[in-house]
Amino acid sequence: MTSHKPPLYRTHRSAGADFTDFGGWEMPASFDSIRTEHGAVRDAVGRFDISHMSEVVVRGPDAAALTNRLTTNDVRELEPGDAQYSCILNDEGVILDDIVVYRYPERDGYLFVPNAGHGEQMATRWEERASTLEFDATVEDRTEETGMLAVQGPDAVEAVESVTADSVADLSQFTARRTEIDGVSCLVARTGYTGEDGYEIVFPAADSETVWAAFDGIQPCGLGARDTLRLEAGLLLSGQDFDPDSEPRTPLEAGLGFVVDFEKPSFVGKAALRELEETGVDEQIVGLRIEDRAIARHGYAITDGDDEVGHVTSGTMSPTFDVPLALGYVDTEYAADGTELGVEVRNQTVDATVVDQRFLNTLEADT
Amino acid sequence: MDFEIPTELRYAESHEWADERTDAVRVGVSDFAQDELGDIVFVELPAEGAELGAGEEFGVLESIKAVSDIYAPVAGTVVAANEAVVDSPELVNEDPYGDGWLIEVEPAGDLEHLLDASAYEETI
Repeated sequence: MTSHKPPLYRTHRSAGADFTDFGGWEMPASFDSIRTEHGAVRDAVGRFDISHMSEVVVRGPDAAALTNRLTTNDVRELEPGDAQYSCILNDEGVILDDIVVYRYPERDGYLFVPNAGHGEQMATRWEERASTLEFDATVEDRTEETGMLAVQGPDAVEAVESVTADSVADLSQFTARRTEIDGVSCLVARTGYTGEDGYEIVFPAADSETVWAAFDGIQPCGLGARDTLRLEAGLLLSGQDFDPDSEPRTPLEAGLGFVVDFEKPSFVGKAALRELEETGVDEQIVGLRIEDRAIARHGYAITDGDDEVGHVTSGTMSPTFDVPLALGYVDTEYAADGTELGVEVRNQTVDATVVDQRFLNTLEADT
Repeated sequence: MDFEIPTELRYAESHEWADERTDAVRVGVSDFAQDELGDIVFVELPAEGAELGAGEEFGVLESIKAVSDIYAPVAGTVVAANEAVVDSPELVNEDPYGDGWLIEVEPAGDLEHLLDASAYEETI
C-alpha cells in the first residue's frame, strides 16, 4: 500500500507531531502527550486532522436505492442534512466496514465515509452493484480531493460557532449544514468518534490549511488520543475490532445490531443475519475493566480458569478513569456484566471484569 | 527533536543510563527512551537483593503505546528500587534522569563497556 501524506503533513511536522502509518496514510500519532490531548477533549476541546478517512459520493436517481442495498441501516429515512451510522456487509453478514452516510443538505446525493484505505474498494463495490442492478447512479471516490477534521469536546460548539458563517449550534446529533469557514465551503456535521459533543467538518483538500488554521489555539490531537477517546466511549475501530480477514464479525456479534434495519426490503448480508438472529450468536463483544496493573492489548487471550473463552481486540490505559480498559469477544455465556474473567498478559493472568462497553457512561456512574 | 543526554552519565545501546557518582550505581532510561514510549502508565521493578547480570532484563515499562523490557546496564545486586515511579509512572516521562530513576545497583563490575554521551547520541 502506498503511503499518502495528508495535505497538512508539513504543518503537523512543524508543530512537532510524531507520525504513524494508518490505513496507508502517514498521520499524526501525537502532538503532545496522549494524556494532554485526551484531557483537552474531555475537559474543553481538541482538533483532529482526519483526512485519512475516505469519502465516496453517490448521485443520481437511484443513489438512495443503491446505497440502501449495500448498507444495513435505512437510507430512505434520511432527510436532506441528515446523517446515519451504518455497516457494509458481505453476503455472509460479515462487516466489511462501518460508515457514516450523509444526505447532502443543499443538493441531491449522498456522501458516505468509509475508514482509511477503504474508499476505492467501496466505490468499486457501489459501481459494480449499480451495474448489476441497472441502477442509474454515479459513484465517485473523492478521498484525495477531500479534507476532513474533527473538533470535539464540551467547548466544541463555542469553538466551531465562532468560525462558521452560519450558526451550527442548533444542529442536532447526526445532522449537517453547508456553511463557510474563512471563505471555504464546508459541510459541518454534529458527529464524532470521541464520546463528546462536537463536529466533523468536510471541505476541499486544497483548503486544508485555511480550515485547520481557523482553529489555531485549540489543542491538536493525534491518532493516539483518538484511540483512547473512542475506546472509553466503547466505539469500535474498523480493521481491529472487526475486519473481514483477521476478525470476521457480524453486526450482531459486534454489538451493532442497532444499525441493522431488518424491516427494509433487501440488503447484502440480510439473509445471513436473519438466520443468525434466530439461532443466536456464539460470541459477542464485551467491555473489560482490568483489575491489575497491566494493559490488555489486541490479541491477548481472555480466560475463565484454564479455559480460553475469548480474546482482546482493543485495550488501553484509560486516561479518564486511570484503569486499563479493553474490548474483546467472549463466548456468550461469559458476556453478562459482572462476570469475572482473566486476561493473559505476557506470562501472567490478570483479573478482568465484564462491564458495559460504554465505559464513559457507566464508569462515571460508578464514581 | 533534541534529547537531553547528560555528559556525566554512561549509556547502554538499549537506552538505559548508569550513574556511578554515587556508592551504588543509579540506573534509569534515557530521555530518548521515555519520548519513544510516550505516556508511561506502569513500571515493574525488581525487589531489593535481586542479582542482575549485565544486559539482563530487570523490569518493564508499559506506556499507552507499547510495552518495553528494561535491561541492566551493569551487573550487580539491587540495593534500591524507586517506589516513587511505581506509584507515579509519569515521573519517568517528566524527569528521566532525576526523580524518574529506576533502581540502584551495587555493581559487580565496572562501567567501561557502556557508551559515553557522544557515542550514545550517535546511536539515536
